[in-house]
Amino acid sequence: MANDPNVFEYAPAPESRSIVDIKPSYGLFIDGEFVDGHGSAFKSINPATEETLAEIAEADDADVDKAVKAARKAFRTWSRMPGKERSKYLYRIARIIQERSRELAVLESIDNGKPIKESRDVDVPVVAAHFFYYAGWADKLEYAGLGPNPQPLGVAAQVIPWNFPLLMLAWKVAPALACGNTVVLKPAETTPLTALLFAEICQQADLPPGVVNIVTGAGATGQAVVSHPDVDKVAFTGSTDVGKAIARAIAGTDKKATLELGGKAANIVFDDAALDQAVEGIVSGIFFNQGHVCCAGSRLLLQESVADEVMAKLKRRMGTLRVGDPLDKNTDIGAINSAEQLARIRALAEIGEDEGAERWSPPCELPSAGFWFPPTVFTGVSQAHRIARDEIFGPVLSVLTFRTPSEAVEKANNTPYGLSAGVWTEKGSRILHMADQLRAGVVWANTFNKFDPASPFGGYKESGYGREGGRQGLSAYLKADTKAGA
Amino acid sequence: MPPTVSTEPNQGRNQGSSPGLSAYADVTASETSLRRFLHGLPGVDQVGAEARAAQLGTRSIKTTAKAHALDLAIRMVDLTTLEGQDTPGKVRALANKALRPDPSDPTCPSVAAVCVYGDMVGEVKSVVGDRVNVAAVATAFPSGRAAMDIKLADTRDAVEAGADEIDMVIDRGAFLAGHYLQVFEEIVAVREACQRPDGTHAHLKVIMETGELQTYDNVRRASWLSMLAGGDFIKTSTGKVQPAATLPVTLIMLEAVRDFREATGVQIGVKPAGGIRTAKDAIKYLVMVNEVAGTDWLTPDWFRFGASTLLNELLMQRTKLATGRYSGPDYFTLD
Amino acid sequence: MARIDVRKTYKLYIGGAFPRSESGHSYEVQDSKGKFVANAALASRKDVRDAVVAARKAFGGWSGRTAFNRGQILYRIAEVMEDRKPQFVQAIQQSEGGTAAAAGRQVDEAIDRLVWYAGWADKIAQVVGNANPVAGPFFNHSAPEPSGVIGVLAPQSSSLLGLVSVVAPVIVSGNTAVVVTSYSRPLPAVTFAEVLATSDVPGGVVNLLTGDAASLGPWLAAHMDVNAIDLVGLAGDTDATTALEVAAADNLKRVRRAPAAEPDWHDAPTLSTMTDFLETKTVWHPIGV
Repeated sequence: MANDPNVFEYAPAPESRSIVDIKPSYGLFIDGEFVDGHGSAFKSINPATEETLAEIAEADDADVDKAVKAARKAFRTWSRMPGKERSKYLYRIARIIQERSRELAVLESIDNGKPIKESRDVDVPVVAAHFFYYAGWADKLEYAGLGPNPQPLGVAAQVIPWNFPLLMLAWKVAPALACGNTVVLKPAETTPLTALLFAEICQQADLPPGVVNIVTGAGATGQAVVSHPDVDKVAFTGSTDVGKAIARAIAGTDKKATLELGGKAANIVFDDAALDQAVEGIVSGIFFNQGHVCCAGSRLLLQESVADEVMAKLKRRMGTLRVGDPLDKNTDIGAINSAEQLARIRALAEIGEDEGAERWSPPCELPSAGFWFPPTVFTGVSQAHRIARDEIFGPVLSVLTFRTPSEAVEKANNTPYGLSAGVWTEKGSRILHMADQLRAGVVWANTFNKFDPASPFGGYKESGYGREGGRQGLSAYLKADTKAGA
Repeated sequence: MPPTVSTEPNQGRNQGSSPGLSAYADVTASETSLRRFLHGLPGVDQVGAEARAAQLGTRSIKTTAKAHALDLAIRMVDLTTLEGQDTPGKVRALANKALRPDPSDPTCPSVAAVCVYGDMVGEVKSVVGDRVNVAAVATAFPSGRAAMDIKLADTRDAVEAGADEIDMVIDRGAFLAGHYLQVFEEIVAVREACQRPDGTHAHLKVIMETGELQTYDNVRRASWLSMLAGGDFIKTSTGKVQPAATLPVTLIMLEAVRDFREATGVQIGVKPAGGIRTAKDAIKYLVMVNEVAGTDWLTPDWFRFGASTLLNELLMQRTKLATGRYSGPDYFTLD
Repeated sequence: MARIDVRKTYKLYIGGAFPRSESGHSYEVQDSKGKFVANAALASRKDVRDAVVAARKAFGGWSGRTAFNRGQILYRIAEVMEDRKPQFVQAIQQSEGGTAAAAGRQVDEAIDRLVWYAGWADKIAQVVGNANPVAGPFFNHSAPEPSGVIGVLAPQSSSLLGLVSVVAPVIVSGNTAVVVTSYSRPLPAVTFAEVLATSDVPGGVVNLLTGDAASLGPWLAAHMDVNAIDLVGLAGDTDATTALEVAAADNLKRVRRAPAAEPDWHDAPTLSTMTDFLETKTVWHPIGV
């Protein structure tokens, strides 16, 4: 019997959409209730099909003010509630997230375009884990490292991006609430649906009204949230440009800020690396979540002596990536989140070609509707190329080479960013040396793109400041007890 | 129709006769050079390899692809019995099952081979003839602890009795002691013992007993060593040691055969054996073959399952797919 | 006839050397009663530039030293200060007025503070770093690292204790510093520079610029190769500090904001004096065989 090449043209294995119930329109979540917004409503669309999913209310300045007032009012009771009681609310939320995990995963994939495999196996489980982790901190804050009786900051203004909508919400909301703060959160305008479902979960958990407020809208709403005078804390994840604008906007105030911004991580492969695992790390480093990852390993630095071998393996591996329907369980790369982002990726890829880098993508058929970009690798890239410097935020990898460890360090650090870095070598002392030398907040050695609630995450230099996750993530939402003089 | 082992391009390959392989003559020239080569292979990161294997295991195979996969898996089974209590009657029954796994369904394919101890080769052959291959374990299976001349005699007996395939074990003690050249030379010698007077040879599967090698680095080295020595297949386990076949071990072996063909032009088969019990597991292996080594390996000529109970599980799934209802063990023959 | 004083013009301290201001300018330093004490170099924006280059150059070596070694060097500074106590007492009296006893107490406190910070060198990572028990087969560990080159606008009033209280926490963890000293009370800082030069502190680790924080601050705050800035020297001047915070946002400098008034430096320092100039680095590695 001849071998049948069609045997593994995997038939579609779509996750059922019926588990989610998307309403035709959504209001703002203020003081425990869904209310109408007073801005002009906008649409959230499915980036894989361009179908409209729902109409979303836009919060104007007055709506934001209402939300901040609700948060301020709730702060009085929430901050005084014993930590062990706050903790139980967070545990409740964590449990409900687990129970509704499939619903959240499907909704996230529909609204964001990310493969169900990722929302199901990464995003949502880590979201639940994050609430569990910080739930346990709520009654142990005196061990956070700020001395006895640390105090919450007050009302936290939180603005999150579209790449990990629910996960970024968890990173922001869980530690804020554990510490006794209340929040006004603005999800990204292209991905508001899971945040609104989270609002329902808050209701389901009987969270006191006003502790979590969710206002939807675009940049103007975000600006209103962070610049509201009665906000004590700003937490933002997004672009470095907006991060700088926020830093300027809060200059001269007492607002504390945590900024998680852009990156252009080097993923460094030495010639003694475990090459097959390195290739997996390269692939997950840049193609995970369509490359919409601030810590993506977007600059591959290959030691020259092994560059050809790694490129051959990488290209073969890229040939097995499946691009398509985000709800298909076998999809590895989903849809680009928006037309705007797709245009940016395309523009930068064209610049890469114009600047003389060599572009390659495996043969892959892209759906006709929706926003798609094939996994792409550029070779012959130098530090001077824009694709080696600008954050593309898409499935586009720039490959550079190096000869010595010191050259690798120099090239890796030669960027205004400093969020993450990867190192692949089987030599222990070299791992520790590289980890020491790389100016980045997270160094993944012989692995990449790993996240855990217990693991602090955040950048050096223009990748922002403050840390999210772990014990370090608490200090972003606490201050020392001034009465104790600590 | 049995796998077409005897017509494959590297059938009858002599050590060093392939232009690709001859480049490695220096490697196997001395203990030092062989050691240097094997230890120069890229390392394997355990966590990364296991994560990749698990990730491949999440592929969802449905409908037509699943039907193809189940039939392919059946065709890849080396239906095995390797017990002290094996009798001619038991072995003949198994041979019949190999020919017609599902007597109620003529569209159900035969398995690839029946795998037995050397003394049972004739019994099997008398039932299956040339319709299904006969594989014999040899070389003092499963421990491999015997004098070399005995291992070779064991092999020759099986070949003379008509075995199409020989499943040998390597000397794990020698391997773990770092005596790579000794292991290499034993495989070379067994390969020579597989030679038939007409110039063909019984296909040689080299069992590395990966459960005893402990690390994936060792699995990768043993794989290359076995391939360089002339094995036609590399096989995980005897089935007598735990753990037997696992997805990550098979991943490392598939990477090895893929890289070996790229380096030498010579294609080598892979056989996970032991511990693969469910249809779902089998399909995970096939997904891995597909995505790691490629479709060239997705045939019984290049990939086998060493198994016994797996076959009935595959048959039950096959029936479920055809009839739309779950079946039960009473509807499939024990052997 | 009384002896005519040899009047001294104090210089800057950049990269371990004592240059005059690149601008050639100096200014008269007066004591608390308005009497001429000495001339001090008036640092310019180009001196800021040179000092940042020196600090950046020194950063790799200083941050690369063992924590033990940095602790030893900070302790050595304290030892040398102890030796030069009379000189510091005089400088403080000349700058701030007050009694010799009060000045002496300030010197003692400054020395003790250095000793306190010296001890932190090999402990801060243990206190603010940690092993992270992640849900997977990974070694995961977070440790603090210095932010880089730090601009420090030193306090205007407390000429020695205040200065030591803002410089020591910056350098103990491996940062290097570009410090604009008190404009009207620079003499203890100048003496401090002489101490630094003779106490094993590598050149460039601390750079002391005598001059005007209000005019140099904007250059430091806007400098793209400065990683963080301490604004305490402009405490109370909200307009100025707001402008500096805005400028600092251009490369997302970490900012230690100025309080409404200069703090009481006698208070025990908090950990944030150090952690405000530290980054947390988290390293992951698989655990396998």
